[in-house]
Amino acid sequence: MIFLKTDEEIELLRHCNQIVAKTLAETAKLIKPGVTTLELDKRAEEFIRDNGGVPNFLGYSGYPNSICASVNEQVVHGIPSAKTILKEGDIISIDCGVLKNGFNGDSAYTFCVGEVDPEIVNLLRTTKESLYKGIEQACEGKRLGDIGNAIQTYCEDRGYSVVREMVGHGVGRKLHEAPEIPNYGKKGNGIMLKSGMTIAIEPMINLGSRNLVFEKDGWTTRTADRKPSAHFEHSVAVRHGKADILSSFEYIEQVLGEREF
Amino acid sequence: MAKQTAIEQDGTIIEALSNAMFRVELENGHVITAHISGKMRMHYIKILPGDKVKVEMSPYDLSKGRISFRYK
Repeated sequence: MIFLKTDEEIELLRHCNQIVAKTLAETAKLIKPGVTTLELDKRAEEFIRDNGGVPNFLGYSGYPNSICASVNEQVVHGIPSAKTILKEGDIISIDCGVLKNGFNGDSAYTFCVGEVDPEIVNLLRTTKESLYKGIEQACEGKRLGDIGNAIQTYCEDRGYSVVREMVGHGVGRKLHEAPEIPNYGKKGNGIMLKSGMTIAIEPMINLGSRNLVFEKDGWTTRTADRKPSAHFEHSVAVRHGKADILSSFEYIEQVLGEREF
Repeated sequence: MAKQTAIEQDGTIIEALSNAMFRVELENGHVITAHISGKMRMHYIKILPGDKVKVEMSPYDLSKGRISFRYK
């Protein structure tokens, strides 16, 4: 069942997503070599609660933390741990969600730790650009396959591969709602997008092959060939003519300053 | 947080229908109708109720699937 949101509900969603964006910016301040991912998680939870929200990942199907911190070859759902210490040249994807006023915000960004191999920076750049290619398609009258196709062709033309096992999702009163938003597909396939739908588009792009391995902890997924993977996510509202991006990377860009990731 | 999708799952055959269609119960408890893949038909791989099989699905339609492998 796909719920269409009214304008008031979309404003509530926007408010949640702005908190998510600020939380990501807060964690971005801490990212440097020598920091453990658990410290990032602590800071994020503190910041979310200070802003009157609740971290919605905490306890979601038994997930133990407030953010997902996936380092290098981990694709998504990396569990923050005191044993994972960031080092120079790593990339880390931070995925964060906030529940406030009954609505869920969800957004993710991949950061570089120190100086990173230009090949990997290119992967991050392509993934981020493909996200906006996908968002371009998220307007009334288009279909789900159009979004997936835009992301897939953009990334595969540049020699990267698209993860199939993990998909984007509808977002609203629940963190995961219908429909599922695959990052691959054929033009004109899938359901028609309507104004008022709110969806989270999240391309997960691998440098090597698209195959994944599910780790034994029940959450973490990593690439089968252990090559790095990038992940960016925006929550958007489908509108007539142009999608309305509810989350924002502005705060992150302010923190990063000159740096791109 | 990304959602895990059902694109390749294991299941058990619960009923053989006509036209080489089967009713399959997936590991997560969902029951779908699935047809046997052409390649398996070419090689005369027989499937009986109770067999464990691998099912491919499309995220667009979660009620149908395609049987791509029969476990021994």
